[in-house]
Amino acid sequence: MSSVSKSPWVIHYDGSSCNGCDIEVLAALTPLYDVERFGIINTGNPKHADIFLVTGSVNEQNISVIKEIYDQMVEPKVVVACGVCACSGGIFHDCYNVIGGVDKAIPVDVYAPGCAVRPEAIIDAVVQGIGILEEKSAALAAAKKKGA
Amino acid sequence: MGKATVIPFGPQHPVLPEPLHLDLVVEDERVIEVIPQIGFIHRGLEKLVEKRDIHQFIYVAERICGICSFGHSLGYAETVEDLMGVEVPKRAQYLRVIWHELSRIHSHLLWMGLGADAFGFEALFMHCWRLRERILDIFEATTGGRVILSAVNIGGVNRDIEDSELYAIVDKLEGIRGEYHEICNAFVNDYSVASRLVGVGYLSQEEAEALCMVGPFARASNVAYDCRMLGRGGYGDLENFQPILSDEGDCYARVKVRAAEVEQSIDIIKELVSKIPHDGIGEKSKLTPADGAMASNVLEQPRGECYYFARGNGTKNLDRMRMRTPTSQNLAGMVKALEGCELADVPNIILTIDPCISCCER
Repeated sequence: MSSVSKSPWVIHYDGSSCNGCDIEVLAALTPLYDVERFGIINTGNPKHADIFLVTGSVNEQNISVIKEIYDQMVEPKVVVACGVCACSGGIFHDCYNVIGGVDKAIPVDVYAPGCAVRPEAIIDAVVQGIGILEEKSAALAAAKKKGA
Repeated sequence: MGKATVIPFGPQHPVLPEPLHLDLVVEDERVIEVIPQIGFIHRGLEKLVEKRDIHQFIYVAERICGICSFGHSLGYAETVEDLMGVEVPKRAQYLRVIWHELSRIHSHLLWMGLGADAFGFEALFMHCWRLRERILDIFEATTGGRVILSAVNIGGVNRDIEDSELYAIVDKLEGIRGEYHEICNAFVNDYSVASRLVGVGYLSQEEAEALCMVGPFARASNVAYDCRMLGRGGYGDLENFQPILSDEGDCYARVKVRAAEVEQSIDIIKELVSKIPHDGIGEKSKLTPADGAMASNVLEQPRGECYYFARGNGTKNLDRMRMRTPTSQNLAGMVKALEGCELADVPNIILTIDPCISCCER
């Protein structure tokens, strides 16, 4: 597991964000912030991903998509809510089609606030997520040992 | 001919940062029909005008879309100013145009990067985004934000840019221009890019006009329409403004049109900085819109014409706010351009309309 915990692959899904956070997620991967140099790669396949970056709030239409992506990811997995809309609904919290933050759909491990979330905050959250990923994988390994 | 098969595309797809679902009906490798499904980002923010007053709503309008955020706050502010008959000082109008053109440069560079990623040129994607960060630095220095700027208020702008700072921005843009030429060279002169894009996703001028296409997507099919020609605000003082056109109508033409528009924006900023007046930046209007007053406005966003409509009801809240965004116009053309294409060209064609789904669904 050590290779995974040092270079987790991320998957990004845009809930109902305004794009501001999405382009900041991509900006974190591109040359100025460049997390790709640590082997953190944005993948399109949930089965390859360790960390799920969700931007934007949950609404009636996308709640099933978010749950589906989360279910397709293999354990251990970490969910990072990027931006204030993903944390709580943000400025759109009282729009009629917004249910609320991502935690209304799936369990969230790390909250990265900001409108739009800054790339530094995303990197911070992912680093925090790596710690949680390690704990989760240790717990999984212990459970497996106990079972065997 | 094989049997028709339906391939679902999206809502979560690596080529698009945003959710858009398409049912692609294919026969062998050829797409014969495309059925789009949208609504994944619908928040219903037009209805928020009932809960937020005209000054608060500017921050909501800005968050319609994070890429053209400045454009939306500008379009909304201009509409409400029309509604109340507010005069905006010339300097504020010039500053608005300067920020708006900077957003266009950042948006086009962002798009060129994503476009390069769609045809598998990862290094070019990284270079476009590296250059884009330099524009974001200018935003951060002048407004404090990277993508959400909050620089406009109803009646003017929140912050002035000092003259010395404006000249520094022009210097910076001239520096960016040199590096931009190198990137453009890869887009416009590289045969591998051309072999991937020439003749792909063709849309004729008649089709583009019949489907009411807007923005660079239409201009690449030789439709000479750019809202900047109407000369509203600071655009009215430009010596000479000609929309950039191409008559080829394929994906390659769309890349070339956008590539040229970046340079055009740099020239616009340069010209406006050279003649910016000093009559103040305006202050937040204290008026409220009259009952039954109506105003509409069009603005050229990076993706094309955006239409705004507002109706007052005598209180500090608007009665109705309506936007019609360029992507919701262009989706029809995208579906048309996709029909009959190869399956492998689908990501390229989708990206060349520069879809902004969060604008489209609001």
